[in-house]
Amino acid sequence: MMLTPESLAQIDREVAKYPADQKRSAVMSALRIAQVEKGWLSSDTIKFVAEYLGIAPMAAHEVATFYNMYDRAPVGKYKITVCTNLPCALSGGVDAGEYLQKKLGIHFNETTADGKFTLKEGECMGACGYAPVLLVNNHTMCNHMTPDAIDRKLAELN
Amino acid sequence: MTVYVKGVVFDGVDFDDPNSWSIDAYIQRGGYAALKKIIAEGITQDAIIAELKTSSLRGRGGAGFPTGLKWSFMPRSFPGQKYLVCNTDEGEPGTFKDLDIIVNNPHALIEGMIIGGYAMGITVGYNYIHGEVFEAYERFEAALEEARRAGFLGDNILGSEFCFQLHAHHGYGAYICGEETALLESLEGKKGQPRFKPPFPASYGLYGKPTTINNTETFASVPYIVREGGQKFLELGKPNNGGTKLFSISGHVNRPGNYEIPLGTPFADLLEMAGGMRGGKKIKAVIPGGSSAPVLPGHIMMETTMDYDAIAKAGSMLGSGAVIVMDETVCMVKALRRLSYFYYEESCGQCTPCREGTGWLYRVVDRIERGLGRPEDLDLLESVGKNIAGRTICALGDAAVMPVQGMLKHFRDEFLHHIEHKKCLVPGF
Ligand SMILES: Cc1cc2nc3c(=O)[nH]c(=O)nc-3n(C[C@H](O)[C@H](O)[C@H](O)COP(=O)(O)O)c2cc1C
Ligand code: SF4
Ligand code: FES
Repeated sequence: MMLTPESLAQIDREVAKYPADQKRSAVMSALRIAQVEKGWLSSDTIKFVAEYLGIAPMAAHEVATFYNMYDRAPVGKYKITVCTNLPCALSGGVDAGEYLQKKLGIHFNETTADGKFTLKEGECMGACGYAPVLLVNNHTMCNHMTPDAIDRKLAELN
Repeated sequence: MTVYVKGVVFDGVDFDDPNSWSIDAYIQRGGYAALKKIIAEGITQDAIIAELKTSSLRGRGGAGFPTGLKWSFMPRSFPGQKYLVCNTDEGEPGTFKDLDIIVNNPHALIEGMIIGGYAMGITVGYNYIHGEVFEAYERFEAALEEARRAGFLGDNILGSEFCFQLHAHHGYGAYICGEETALLESLEGKKGQPRFKPPFPASYGLYGKPTTINNTETFASVPYIVREGGQKFLELGKPNNGGTKLFSISGHVNRPGNYEIPLGTPFADLLEMAGGMRGGKKIKAVIPGGSSAPVLPGHIMMETTMDYDAIAKAGSMLGSGAVIVMDETVCMVKALRRLSYFYYEESCGQCTPCREGTGWLYRVVDRIERGLGRPEDLDLLESVGKNIAGRTICALGDAAVMPVQGMLKHFRDEFLHHIEHKKCLVPGF
């Protein structure tokens, strides 16, 4: 269980932001970087990150389970999170979620049979003025996702 | 869509120009002039804090605490390390203004934090950025790099003795980290669980050191105050409600977006700026300050001005400035169910009244919505609310109760109708 030199270099850049005796502060970024490389966070990956930072595996595990953008189980190649909180719901957020479920033939928290798409329902992403909004693989925000825009996005990802 | 009138935070930003965020563009529109003035004229820490007090700038993160007063609490002569922290963990449903700042005018925030560091004798700062906005985090990192290269950040800023390092910290999905002490725990690499207060961050903050924490928009208002004077900022708004404020408008309006307007502007004007009601429908209700603020009926809002005191008088709070507009088709039970689910989902679970109580609130509202409500349910909601409010470590407990209380106060009939007829009074969400 190892991360690539590129990932480790990224983690080192994060570690450098904090006091030398506070490497633990970099655990959130380090887990994010590990997740981007591995696709999800297995117990082994979490343990590796903890050891790399010199913190207890339990401390890293606690963080990985507390914050909801960490995936503790494998997800599809594209994880799509739809915001359905009230401000978005007033402008088509729930409809976008329903459209995606129909289009992909799965419910929330499921993955398509070909392993391509996982669908999640999310809380406010701080982008309510651009509703409906989706997040692809945690890092790419897509605004104004009407059914047409969703069709185009799915075609592009496929 | 971002519009500004008499912009302070967005002064001179060209939202159609993809480079308007850059340091060159920021300097061209008067950016970093405040910092240069402080260094060149040797303006004292006390003078800056006095200017902030004159401006009556109040925290833009939700609580509206006077910023000058907060800055004066920092024990400036404390011999060890002190920290300055910015709260860009914007996750209060309805709020999307801080995202706009770090994407479109990040240097206003950076300059505001540098000035904060100077005024409070702090040499290290962090900006905690909401997990879901990774691209904005990258933009902010790029802006930090520009500021370092230009000599505004780092050692001996602009040739002076003053040193200030600033870094970005990326969250990963937890609303509770917007609460300042949860944010500090999270910055330390732990679960984001709020701390008991006191001690307050000014004495025991990040890594146990004195820490000042402010919202993004609060910091981004500081350069203007230093450059133009606190009095001028104050006069943009009204007494005790100085300056402009960013309002994030979402919901049933024609042009959702951020509007930076003087505090004290009538809500009716703001609604008109946002293009009025979508489809020409009638306004039913407005949540004027983010999801934690009690809802107000449309007709009350139409008589209200947008400032801390007026909204409080109308029975709600200005909060983060998120204005959620709902038209006549919205079922209030459904709307509340979604908000109650949010607080239940986001409770950190530390305090029993919040952990259990938010679940109760959600389940009761949910059963009313599903036509399974009982006549005694509204009393039950009120009693659960009473057992949460004021009995928890942090204000998330109160935040979960306020939407329920607001709904029951102004739209009780709709809840009763649901319980009696087992269906919605109106068709929409
Ligand atoms: C549950 C909860 C969530 C909060 N979320 C935020 C937030 O996203 N952004 C923010 O600036 N303040 C938030 N706050 C308020 C902060 O605790 C704190 O008061 C604020 O950051 C102080 O900055 P200010 O004085 O500049 O407003 C939240 C508070 C609570 C109780
Ligand atoms: S009130 Fe809720 S969110 Fe706040 S500390 Fe207690 S359990 Fe956690
Ligand atoms: S409610 Fe969906 S992004 Fe805020």
